[in-house]
Amino acid sequence: MRKVAIVGIGQTPVREHWENNLRDLAVTALRDAMEDAGVETVDGVCVGNMLSGALSEQEHLGSLIVDYAGLDGVEGMKIEAACGSGAAAIRMAVKAVASGLMDAVGVVGVEKLTEFSGKFSIASLATAADADYEITMGLSFVGINALMMRRYLHEFKYDKNDFSIFPVNAHHNAVQNPNAMFRYTITPAQYAKSKMIADPINLLDSSPIADGAAAVIVVAEDHIQRYQGKGVSILACEVGTDTVALDNREDLLWLKGVERSVKKAYHVSGLSPRDIDFFEAHDAFSIITAMSLEASGFAEKGKAIPFAEKKGISIQGGLPLNTAGGLKGRGHPVGATGVYQVVEAVQQLRGVMPEAIQVKKNNVAMTQNIGGSGATVITTILKKIE
Amino acid sequence: MDIPRYWRLKSQRYRLEGRKCLDCGTLSFPPRLVCQKCKSRHSQPFEFKGKGKLYSFTTIYQAPDRFDDLVPYAVGLIDLEEGVRITAQITDILPKQLEIGMDLEMVIRKIYEDGNKGPILYGYKFRPIMAAQN
Repeated sequence: MRKVAIVGIGQTPVREHWENNLRDLAVTALRDAMEDAGVETVDGVCVGNMLSGALSEQEHLGSLIVDYAGLDGVEGMKIEAACGSGAAAIRMAVKAVASGLMDAVGVVGVEKLTEFSGKFSIASLATAADADYEITMGLSFVGINALMMRRYLHEFKYDKNDFSIFPVNAHHNAVQNPNAMFRYTITPAQYAKSKMIADPINLLDSSPIADGAAAVIVVAEDHIQRYQGKGVSILACEVGTDTVALDNREDLLWLKGVERSVKKAYHVSGLSPRDIDFFEAHDAFSIITAMSLEASGFAEKGKAIPFAEKKGISIQGGLPLNTAGGLKGRGHPVGATGVYQVVEAVQQLRGVMPEAIQVKKNNVAMTQNIGGSGATVITTILKKIE
Repeated sequence: MDIPRYWRLKSQRYRLEGRKCLDCGTLSFPPRLVCQKCKSRHSQPFEFKGKGKLYSFTTIYQAPDRFDDLVPYAVGLIDLEEGVRITAQITDILPKQLEIGMDLEMVIRKIYEDGNKGPILYGYKFRPIMAAQN
């Protein structure tokens, strides 16, 4: 297998993009990434998206985006893995380039969640869960995560307010990221008073519905001198899966999909959690941040909160977390999120983040994109090329 | 309205019918074609008794459209006596009275109505077992 690298990145701001359609968001991010890489065309395009059919009445995104991006005739396909669609699309590009089948692949994650009313988007997002046995019982996607959080609080004896450390950090970093949706800070006191969505998950535990697109250009690492964009090595991009339905899991409080994904990622990269300089976690809800830190090997089971307090998760901390705002602060355009995470990690490794959120130790980054309540997990490890 | 789907699910919705693996005895709900444990494809229907304990729960304040009239309502994970965990609404109790570990039993209730003209969907919910019944 060939080594692979990223030589171009592009992203639109994460917003309620009422003035832009799905294809223009995708084309903007993809062409920006191609300009950054200095390429006129690519061998293939992988589109990460979850809900274009339900919310834009548009499927067949591969060829549509290829056409509108001016890549006449190039192969393009949509990859769907719920909220993990973005990184799943990167995984497909990595396979194509590593195998030698293609030399340069464009990946674009795109999502428009604000086309219909919020309620309709919420119902569509719930299709990530088990339709027959979870959703028709009246469960919302937030509710599924709330079932995990309630049991977590019960078993490990935390106060709900202990979880504020994660969204407070995410918002703090998002202030400095011009592409983030929420560029304001929040306080633990505001968190404590925030309105309940699905008890014990409140509004400030939850990442927002948003629109956006992000893109990367994946190439063979041996060829990076052919491209203009500064290359970053993809040491691993590995998938782990678990049951879609929460009630079918052996242990509700252990994300086995995360464990399977990181084990492979650490194995193929030859690294361990202590080698990771900063981590872009999938903080769709605060509880997922905690359980991801645990199953990824950073903290022991039930100990993510004391780990975060002691180690430090700010830009200056021992493990900077969600440095550009994460899903909570940057926003969560679901099928684009996994690509945003990787784009932000590349910005950090290139040393081009706004100064206030540029991490000092920027050799090795890890990003983790999670589909559903942990049924598809893609962990990507990236390294600076000197 | 996806009528075939609700017709197909009637044994699960009304009788909690899952599967029992004929090779290793593992029970499953929902029914699975392949045993989660030994991967055998040989199984037979198995009806759960519908008694269990509350493992976790949430109170939903922002619901999908079709459940909007019920807000706030509780959904729980219930550990059935036979050793399988399932997801269901908890009824006949105020959400603030719910406690992890409480004893519950299955009842058939209206799940939702499909608009003004569509059919009414029935299925399992769980309620507390009253002290007098113990």
